Amino acid sequence: MIRYLYGDQLSKMPKLEEAMFLDRADQFKMRLGWDVEVDGAGRERDQYDAMNPLYVIYEKPDGTHGGSMRLLPSTGRTMVNEHFADILGGGEVRSPLIWECTRFCLSRGAEPRTAAALMLAGGEVMENFGVKHFVGVFDARMVRIYRRIGASPEILGAMGAGKEKISIGLWSFSEQARARVGAKAGISASLSRQWFARAFGAGHPPLAQSA
Amino acid sequence: MAQIVNHADVDRSLADLEHASELEDLQAVIIKLRDTYCIDHLVYHWVNSQGDQYGCGTYAPAWVDRYIEKDYLRIDPVVLGCYQRFHPVDWKRLDWSSKAARSFRREAIEFGVGNQGFSIPIRGPNGQYALFTASHNCSDTDWDEFTKTNRRPLILLAHFFNQKALEFEPDRLPEASRALSPRETDAMTFLAMGLNRAQAADTMAISEHTLRVYIESARFKLGAINTTHAVARAMSRGLIVV
Repeated sequence: MIRYLYGDQLSKMPKLEEAMFLDRADQFKMRLGWDVEVDGAGRERDQYDAMNPLYVIYEKPDGTHGGSMRLLPSTGRTMVNEHFADILGGGEVRSPLIWECTRFCLSRGAEPRTAAALMLAGGEVMENFGVKHFVGVFDARMVRIYRRIGASPEILGAMGAGKEKISIGLWSFSEQARARVGAKAGISASLSRQWFARAFGAGHPPLAQSA
Repeated sequence: MAQIVNHADVDRSLADLEHASELEDLQAVIIKLRDTYCIDHLVYHWVNSQGDQYGCGTYAPAWVDRYIEKDYLRIDPVVLGCYQRFHPVDWKRLDWSSKAARSFRREAIEFGVGNQGFSIPIRGPNGQYALFTASHNCSDTDWDEFTKTNRRPLILLAHFFNQKALEFEPDRLPEASRALSPRETDAMTFLAMGLNRAQAADTMAISEHTLRVYIESARFKLGAINTTHAVARAMSRGLIVV
């Protein structure tokens, strides 16, 4: 299932939190060799994790981490503006309608549908919160995975080479893309909406008129 | 409820907002915008970590006094539900289950706040936090339609109000840059020259999709809610040469 958790809500699900940061270390440090900090307990965290981002997490049936991504609005500090400004044409992208999506992570042996489920959740965020675009930072091997699940970003550019290659891409919401990733993930639109409602409220009237 | 909002009116209010130099000016702008959107209330509410609060808006002064006197900040589900968040919230999605929250809401309705609300949390620099709220009295269906139609402009307005309020701070800290990037300047220039999006994208050797992101970002930095106004503003400020 998909969990939507702000940084300050992660401690409510310690097992999931721990597994996410361990898997991030495994992916970005061990497998890709990125220059990221891993703490003594083997968790990869950076300064943007301290900014109370919104995490979208695929939780496996055993309660551990299948995959995740991290969202922050571009009105505040973002990795894209602070590290990849050159790729964006030499300036900062800023708008409350543009969020950045970073640390897209898949656990070792994640089910193939995990990436599609995360992208489906990304669409849910866009549609419900009025977000027009995601600017993403991801490792180059994700380009192939995104294409396979029918959620190809538009690639703006890349830095580095080989395993360490980092790409920047753009997504916008489209109903067709949502249907595609939903089908790939094997998750119906109504189930996806239900997971979203569980995190952000169902939208029932707050009070009966009689209250 | 199904009013079509006149964007020229919104733009005039945004120009007034830009020239605002004190809180009274913000108050005048928010009243005008409330009228433009044909809703009961529009409110900008700044809360700092010490629990101090200020802002502007159209709620009845008696409700504002009551809110402060009763220290409703501690129980207001909107404030509690939006704190440390950055996604906009329809009040229906908040937790109104506690007894305190229910009676708070009953009272708010008595003071004319309305049975519907949509709030946008804003995270400013260094832990600054504010809320921008639209509220109204209508059916769920009408409110859903209103928020769907006006959500994005309201999100932009929320941030424009906050930027202005930050400017009023005596010892304010530097904010994120609002300078147009070279690509954004190009995008605004080509649109100002009368090129359509496809032509502008073609000239810049980028896709239309990418162009849309530059336009979106430029629009925000220029304090405009639509592209026409953003282009006009870039020209009048001398940021682009056509």
